[in-house]
Amino acid sequence: MAEKKSLGKEFTKGLIKENPVLRLVLGTCPTLAVTTSVTNAIGMGVAATIVLVCSNIVISLLRKVIPSKVRIPAYIVVIAAFVTIVQMLVKAFVPALDTALGAFLPLIVVNCIILGRAEAFASKNTVLYSAVDGLGMGVGFTAALCMMGTVREILGAGTFLAGIQDLLVLFGDNVFGGWNGLDFNNALSTIGLQPITIFILPAGGFFVFGILMATANRIAEGRGKPKAELGCTSCPMAGHCNKNKDEKCEGTDKEATA
Amino acid sequence: MKKLTVSASPHVRSPKTVPGIMLDVIIALVPALIASVVLFGFRSLLVTAVCVVSCIASEYIARKIMKRDNTIGDLSAIVTGMLLAFNLPVSIPLWMCVVGSVFAIVVVKQFFGGIGQNFVNPAIGGRIMMLVSFASAMTDWTAPLEWFKNGGIDAMSTATPLASLTANGDYSSLPSLLDMFLGVRGGCLGETCALALILGGIYLVARRVIKPVIPLCFIGTVAVIMLIAGKGDFEFMLYEVLSGGLLIGAIFMATDYATSPLTTKGKIIFAVGCGVITSVIRLFANLPEGVSYSIIIMNILVPHIESITRPRPFGAEKEKKEKKKEEAAS
Repeated sequence: MAEKKSLGKEFTKGLIKENPVLRLVLGTCPTLAVTTSVTNAIGMGVAATIVLVCSNIVISLLRKVIPSKVRIPAYIVVIAAFVTIVQMLVKAFVPALDTALGAFLPLIVVNCIILGRAEAFASKNTVLYSAVDGLGMGVGFTAALCMMGTVREILGAGTFLAGIQDLLVLFGDNVFGGWNGLDFNNALSTIGLQPITIFILPAGGFFVFGILMATANRIAEGRGKPKAELGCTSCPMAGHCNKNKDEKCEGTDKEATA
Repeated sequence: MKKLTVSASPHVRSPKTVPGIMLDVIIALVPALIASVVLFGFRSLLVTAVCVVSCIASEYIARKIMKRDNTIGDLSAIVTGMLLAFNLPVSIPLWMCVVGSVFAIVVVKQFFGGIGQNFVNPAIGGRIMMLVSFASAMTDWTAPLEWFKNGGIDAMSTATPLASLTANGDYSSLPSLLDMFLGVRGGCLGETCALALILGGIYLVARRVIKPVIPLCFIGTVAVIMLIAGKGDFEFMLYEVLSGGLLIGAIFMATDYATSPLTTKGKIIFAVGCGVITSVIRLFANLPEGVSYSIIIMNILVPHIESITRPRPFGAEKEKKEKKKEEAAS
């Protein structure tokens, strides 16, 4: 890597500059599917973050042991192990979240963000950096999900943080006096309004997604500034890319191209 | 002696301008607006006004925020507002009109670069968004001329003829064909009066704003398919053609410049596609009406239609030969 790495930088790049959802456009499927409510978004984000940090640590530890030809199956096994653990924990302690997320919880195994970070970052960097990268990406993922969830839930269902007690059950019964989110529906109907249903449907999800992506691009690049380079480390195809062969790519994994 | 002016081509310019064309479209929509006031009362004027004003306002604000030059002078926002209003039932809450107008202008039009860049017809985009979001309010049809009889106190709900229309069935519960033609039926406020819409269409064709290819092929395709589906039931075919939003869709929405093909061949493919999708949705799908969906689907396919119907410049070789030559050379 040309520029010097710092832990702070590795963490903050996941928030906006290389936000996995809004800038790298990874993990789109769970993003669109679970962001119908903020509660689900938080649950999904936290679960994925835990898996991401753990798998990044283990894959970084094993990066010299795993032969490059079978690295994808090896990564999947590691990721699947952590997903299974997380799924069992969720089933045991937050059963409502398990029902709400349904198939998307086990599908974290094939979440592009986790496999992408394993392939692009953890397999080339030390354990501490990989853990911080995983945490930053996870927080960025969760933040993006929460933003989408907030817009979609308020506009589409007229609620905010509905069913939050399903998550708070982790910390005991009736935390915050059993506060279970806001419901604007009654207030809305008294003034003759109603939620705009399209926002909790997939089509509305895409609209919100596109607008948030545009906003993130604006913040990351600004007007007049040169376009920010995402760099090969953030590219999930880096191992197979032609750029690698011409050695134009930073952080080239020579074994991968051999 | 006259001074010679040296300038780059084009030297001959068409007198047609965007505001001029849009003004023609607005004039062509006026008969339908008058008909809607007669049929559904003065609230239809209010709905139209709200849509037009919020379209203009959102176009102005969106352009201002994006720091682009202002385009409300080209009148296209007024056309979008009128068309959107004509696709709404008269009883629609006014705030929903505002939401739909903002969506049509900001999301469908301005996010993609403004006039000429919109990927689908803005009015149809707004209508479909409203139909998905506010299903019950969007299908609450008011019986025609009731405002007149009851003094405008109570609006009576009714079904659109499309909902109860089946081939070779009993048409006695439906309005007569003459009523259908004059628009005395339940429906969106601007779509019902076939007479007014056809008048507007003839005006547009006479002013050379639109070519008659798209409307004729669109309506013709629906008519032929319905004739086959109804096993030659002529009355059924006429009901299908006159009901729903087929006429307003075919004459005013499918002919939008930005979202329809340029060549005549392309226009025919586009219009026949619209007709087929409309008929399939009407005959087989759960939805009673498919005009807006058919136009939006074909709008999205327009770039592909354009690429397969690209005209060959005079004297140019056929593309296949060129490809073969290129392959041989490489």
